[in-house]
Amino acid sequence: MELTTVWFILIAVLWIGYFTLEGFDFGVGMLLPVLSRNETERRVLINTIGPVWDGNEVWLLVAGGATFAAFPEWYATLFSGFYLPLLLILVALILRGLAFEYRHKREESHWKANWDKAIFFGSLVPAFLWGVAFANIVRGVPIDADFEYTGTLFTLLNPHALLGGVVTLLLFLTHGAFFIALKTVGDIRHRARTLGIRTGLGAAVAAVAFLAWTQAETGNGRSLAAFAAAAVLLLGALATAARGREGWAFTGTFAAIGLAVTGLFLALFPAVMPSSTDAAFSLTTTNASATSYTLEVMSWVALAFTPLVIGYQAWSYWVFRKRIGTQHIPVEVAVPELAAEQG
Amino acid sequence: MEVLDIARWQFGIITVYHFLFVPITIGLTAIVAAFETIWVVKKDPAYLRLTKFFGKLLLINFAIGVVTGIVQEFQFGMNWSDYSRFVGDVFGAPLAIEGLLAFFLESTFLGLWIFGWDKLPRALHAGCMWIVHIGTLFSSWFILAANSWMQHPVGHTYNPETGRAELTDFWAVMFNKVQLVAFPHVITAAYMTGGAFVLGVSAWLYLRRRTNDEDRGLYRKAIRIGAAVTLVAGLGVAITGDLQGKVMTEVQPMKMAAAEGLYETSESCAPFSVFTVGTPDGKEEKFAVTVPCLLSFLGTGTFDGKVEGINPLREKYADTYGTDPGAEYFHPTDYVPVIPVTYWSFRFMIGLGVLAAFGAALILWATRGDRRPTQRWWGWIALAIPVVTVLGSSFGWIFTEMGRQPWVVYGLMTTENAVSPGVSVGEALTSVITLTLLYAALAVVEFGLLARYIRKGAEPFVEPPDPSREQDSEDAPMTFAY
Ligand code: HDD
Ligand code: HEM
Ligand code: HEM
Repeated sequence: MELTTVWFILIAVLWIGYFTLEGFDFGVGMLLPVLSRNETERRVLINTIGPVWDGNEVWLLVAGGATFAAFPEWYATLFSGFYLPLLLILVALILRGLAFEYRHKREESHWKANWDKAIFFGSLVPAFLWGVAFANIVRGVPIDADFEYTGTLFTLLNPHALLGGVVTLLLFLTHGAFFIALKTVGDIRHRARTLGIRTGLGAAVAAVAFLAWTQAETGNGRSLAAFAAAAVLLLGALATAARGREGWAFTGTFAAIGLAVTGLFLALFPAVMPSSTDAAFSLTTTNASATSYTLEVMSWVALAFTPLVIGYQAWSYWVFRKRIGTQHIPVEVAVPELAAEQG
Repeated sequence: MEVLDIARWQFGIITVYHFLFVPITIGLTAIVAAFETIWVVKKDPAYLRLTKFFGKLLLINFAIGVVTGIVQEFQFGMNWSDYSRFVGDVFGAPLAIEGLLAFFLESTFLGLWIFGWDKLPRALHAGCMWIVHIGTLFSSWFILAANSWMQHPVGHTYNPETGRAELTDFWAVMFNKVQLVAFPHVITAAYMTGGAFVLGVSAWLYLRRRTNDEDRGLYRKAIRIGAAVTLVAGLGVAITGDLQGKVMTEVQPMKMAAAEGLYETSESCAPFSVFTVGTPDGKEEKFAVTVPCLLSFLGTGTFDGKVEGINPLREKYADTYGTDPGAEYFHPTDYVPVIPVTYWSFRFMIGLGVLAAFGAALILWATRGDRRPTQRWWGWIALAIPVVTVLGSSFGWIFTEMGRQPWVVYGLMTTENAVSPGVSVGEALTSVITLTLLYAALAVVEFGLLARYIRKGAEPFVEPPDPSREQDSEDAPMTFAY
């Protein structure tokens, strides 16, 4: 296999890692105001992802970095072309990341309520926009002979892409709900499962519509197989959830998201960013790639370190495998001194 | 206003901001890991208290470093797409490797450290913080390799067919001679900053009236550790900085000339002006304090070395890189950076750093033996030291990056040619305004939180749970939760 193809696959793998992992973080964030009835429950929800969210987000950074290294033209066109949506994603990720770390640092309820909003919108906005971005990448955007994006923000907001955004949003909601069901005990666990089945039905409808649309526009045999498998797995996840098998339900949404992203990349290949202006201007794995020497170096690095990374990330999930319930949340000790100082 | 100016302002603001927090993280992870290790080995409760106290401050600081880092990685593609196309083959690799090797390590093991108090054996728990620290060193190594390549491009060829720089020797990029001096300089500066942070915070707590005598002893210990780290690292910074000056004079002679505002070549014994009143462009000097021959020493290692001046260098550069406006990557800018900026930032970097090291020495002296000074004056010094070191690093970077102008990649690509051609002024303005306002707000929040947690002081000692023992009950609350 050519190295450019290998790196196309590796970048697909990195995005799959990102969407399957941070996907449930986004889901948990969006469900924060929905599933919780009080402060302790909100803390239960946040603590299900507390130790792992940052590690999950690094998949995005590595996907970005790997794109820069392996397909510089793709990185340049994509990031300068999708400027404003990416800026919005950045703002969302900044607020959301800080919210996890800072929310519990003060006791005042307005402080917490503000960070809760940051978690909610900081999860919702990227969950939606990543879908819009990927739908646009796959369907093609106006790109000229210099590989410059020539559209505007509104070019990106077409119905097909917006539907893609709805799909990722609903999929991540469902994925997050099943994650909560898997990671918590007590009442919240049951509410999460029930809610997951509901949003999952919505996600299934939207996803089938979106994947069929995508398949009709740019699909091929392989992508069809992946899309069909993703749909089946999603329905399987809902069925197992209905029978109380949370582990399987979560595995199901995990695999469904992974396969849907696989399908998108299969529909894309060998282009990486098709041009809707003229097929001759499309960025492909060959005309966007780095030199074979760079790809070789990067391949050795990836070969040596990816297993290690997956190993210790898996270990950290193992360390934090215990389910959490309201009884595990330590009582916050107010600091009387400080309260007095602030009068 | 052009997209170029906006993109440059954004890069400067965003990167200087990121680098306010990064050196504290690099330095503090090492110090906290050392505190915890001492606790595990010597079982001295004081060190657990210090671990937890500075650990909390570290986490507040780390969070900002992480979220501002994401912007760093995105903005190359967003604002500098032609740069990304031109250098991606060389520059992308260290960036990608940084993510794979460093960011995963930092984030995963920091999560384990924060939440792992009741889950990991003690030695392993302390080990997690060491791993985070190693992660920060990897991170610095690869990002500095990328930056050093921009200062002194090696291990590549220019391919006219693809119109870009292409990697030919990865190891040359990893062990660039600029990198070999920049890395130790930046890391020692980071240790200096971490030490200064510990010193300043502890001194404030030590001096405030509410602190009781036992705690005062604890903070005194931390003050001395912080001051010792600052002083020793400060010496390291000076030594490595001196080495860097030699390499810089060799690979970027214009930068050294610009650092002094030296217009004409000095055949031997070039003086270094500590400061100049008047216009620093050398045309209207009113008053200057100079140290004879010091510039020659900084640049060449001997007091009678020759230092080239701006005017002859400009002609030399024009000969080498041309004055033809049509050339694709070579613009006929006059090859001289903004002299007042390079002149003053160089002085502020060195001056503030020397001040900080000197202050740390003073504090070690004031607390020598078992002296417990109570005068206010050294409290003010102690409080100023962290601020001064952080400013020193920022000025160092401003000098390095502005001194390289008009090049973004020295000798290969000008900053002007690096900017994204497809981005509109409106987009770029939206970005810089949004991010600057957001960062300003975050600074308020961050400093508010830091102040709050510093005021709380170190918590009383509580024996942490022993994870090797079976938990008392399945329902026992977590030791730490968000
Ligand atoms: C507290 C921080 C600090 C202190 C006290 C110093 N520096 Fe520094 N310096 C930095 C922090 C720094 C930095 C921020 O870390 C830089 C920016 C880029 C780099 O590699 O390190 C830097 C860059 C930098 C450069 C530019 C290299 C280049 O552009 O290629 C030189 C020549 C020196 N330093 C020299 C010195 C000397 C001779 C010092 C003192 C005797 C000194 N620095 C103290
Ligand atoms: C080590 C990683 C770094 C890389 C790869 C890097 C790269 C760049 C790039 C691409 C630019 C924009 C082009 C230009 O204006 O020259 C730039 C400019 C700049 N950087 Fe860096 N930089 C790094 C570190 C830093 C740090 C840590 C600071 C400050 C704390 C800094 C301060 C600046 C400033 C102030 C500018 C604006 C200079 C100008 O536009 O005139 N840089 N750098
Ligand atoms: C322009 C260049 C830079 C880029 C693209 C960049 C990128 C990043 C990113 C993406 C993160 C977040 C990682 C996470 O999620 O855990 C980060 C954090 C970090 N960066 Fe930067 N960075 C730059 C400049 C620098 C420089 C010059 C240094 C040090 C010499 C540095 C050292 C660190 C460290 C130690 C962290 C982790 C600790 C913390 O977050 O405070 N970075 N950076």
